[in-house]
Amino acid sequence: MTSRKLALVWKHKALYFIALPGIAYFIIFKYIPIMGSVIAFQDYNIFQGITGSAWVGLEQFERMFQYPEFLRILKNTLLINLYDIVFGFSAPIILALMLNEVRKLLAKRIIQTIVYMPHFLSWVIISGIFIGILSPSTGMVNHFLNLFGIDSIYFLGEDSFIRTIIVGSGMWRETGWSTIIYLAALAGINPQLYEAADIDGANRWQQTWKITIPTLMPTIMMLFLLQIGNFLDFGFERVDVFLNPFNRVNGEIFDTYIYEAGLLQNQYSYTTAIGIFKSVVGLILLVGANFVSRKTTGNSLY
Amino acid sequence: MAIKESRARKAFLRTNMVVLILVSLIMILPFIHVLAQSFSSSGAIDQGKVSFLPVEFTFDNYSFVFQDGSIWRSFGVTIFITVFGTLFNLIATASLAYPLSRKELLGRKFLLFMVLFTMIFSAPLIPTFLVVQNLGLLNTVWALIFPTAISAFNLFVMRSFFMQIPQELIESSRMDGLGELRILFQIVLPLSKPAMATLGIFYAVFHWNTYFNALMFIEDRSLYPLQIKLREMIVDENFTSDPTSDFYTTMLSSSPEGIKMATIIVATVPILLIYPFLQRHFIKGFMLGSLKD
Repeated sequence: MTSRKLALVWKHKALYFIALPGIAYFIIFKYIPIMGSVIAFQDYNIFQGITGSAWVGLEQFERMFQYPEFLRILKNTLLINLYDIVFGFSAPIILALMLNEVRKLLAKRIIQTIVYMPHFLSWVIISGIFIGILSPSTGMVNHFLNLFGIDSIYFLGEDSFIRTIIVGSGMWRETGWSTIIYLAALAGINPQLYEAADIDGANRWQQTWKITIPTLMPTIMMLFLLQIGNFLDFGFERVDVFLNPFNRVNGEIFDTYIYEAGLLQNQYSYTTAIGIFKSVVGLILLVGANFVSRKTTGNSLY
Repeated sequence: MAIKESRARKAFLRTNMVVLILVSLIMILPFIHVLAQSFSSSGAIDQGKVSFLPVEFTFDNYSFVFQDGSIWRSFGVTIFITVFGTLFNLIATASLAYPLSRKELLGRKFLLFMVLFTMIFSAPLIPTFLVVQNLGLLNTVWALIFPTAISAFNLFVMRSFFMQIPQELIESSRMDGLGELRILFQIVLPLSKPAMATLGIFYAVFHWNTYFNALMFIEDRSLYPLQIKLREMIVDENFTSDPTSDFYTTMLSSSPEGIKMATIIVATVPILLIYPFLQRHFIKGFMLGSLKD
């Protein structure tokens, strides 16, 4: 550092001082744990700590791939994320386009108020609501099925519906809320574009495809890339609240498995290895998708 | 638009509205169902009579919930972490966002990257647990406040808000002899009320809904926050009975369904009460963060 820079730092030392606690937070609660991932290469023992535990190289990773359950959990994680990308990602785009067509402001406000609301409920509450409405004896879904002479189904009591329930409840919670960012982008479109298209004789579909969708594309791609980057990070809470012994086989994902095998059964090193696997795959996917997107659509995160 | 709308256009608008109303119903009917059951007698619920209106109207479910002392305790814990946690979040976030918004700070880019990186590469679970454990925070309410002090996303939102404050204003405050801390608290923060309100709400809802952190860090039942308590009350009960028995009888025998639903309503009402206030602020704040940097 030159003396001029040093002088500048000294002049604004108060700024650095104010920043210190925040920086300390990121170091203590983010970077030390990231460095603590080295326990994945150890046979970590609570009593000996990181310095005392034996180094075992890649043994935990080998164990991971040999473990028969690993493939089942990987499959669940991939399938749930895939459904979520296909349905959960496209739903807010469609809903935003539909909301954008509403000309009556009051109606638009009311619909928005309703569809944003579920976002603020906790996953525990949402699971409570879903368990309630899906209940075989008292829930409204089965009442509805009974009307058509279909026997009650215990949706949460078997493993064939659990992935649908996990993805569906997520969509119920987030679809409305996720429209906000698209609506913001839609509000920024110059109305003259549509007027010009009208004069040129373009109908509404053509206008949607030629004006609206291209305007949304950068936003869509940005959110899509972020979702790809989090492909294996589906989230613990939204899955855990629905799991029970009857549906665990098809519902369990990495995040719930890491918690259970790691914290409850003290397999610290092994589950940290799974965590690293998850993060590295996520990073590779993000970089890869970003590359493909930059080449094909010209949009990229960085 | 001056052009008269065609018949096809009108049909489209009508269909569009019908679908949107259906979507809204999907969002709201589960609430109404839960609300109706919470006011119905357990007999009526068990016979499957309750859909969207209470049957055999009663307050029994609510009085049962309110008699349970442990739920009040959990409410207390949650209110504590929501109030103090949110205050702490806002101060911590502002005190890092402010320096990062000033061009005079050398190494700003590096620090920003450091924060951004944690958004992509999240801290792994077990090592985070070990850090919290080594700091002696396990089984204290602080474990629900300190490890989530700053959300990287909210930090970026607040920073971009601070960056819109004119540089001249800060310069002239410095000329007047104000220290950086006083500039932050007396000039910058009062000018940032909309951002603080929005982010405060985001943080408060986060604390109110906190579940996983409590599951990891809190074992002491007297410190259970609301969501853990709720989870115990509404979810686990279904499976305490013999899993090999008939599902239907299992459900019926353990079915204080009305009580579960009343519990859900009680835990949701505080959020619903602040919702109108919330809605006014959050869109502004959300757009701030997502658009420019």
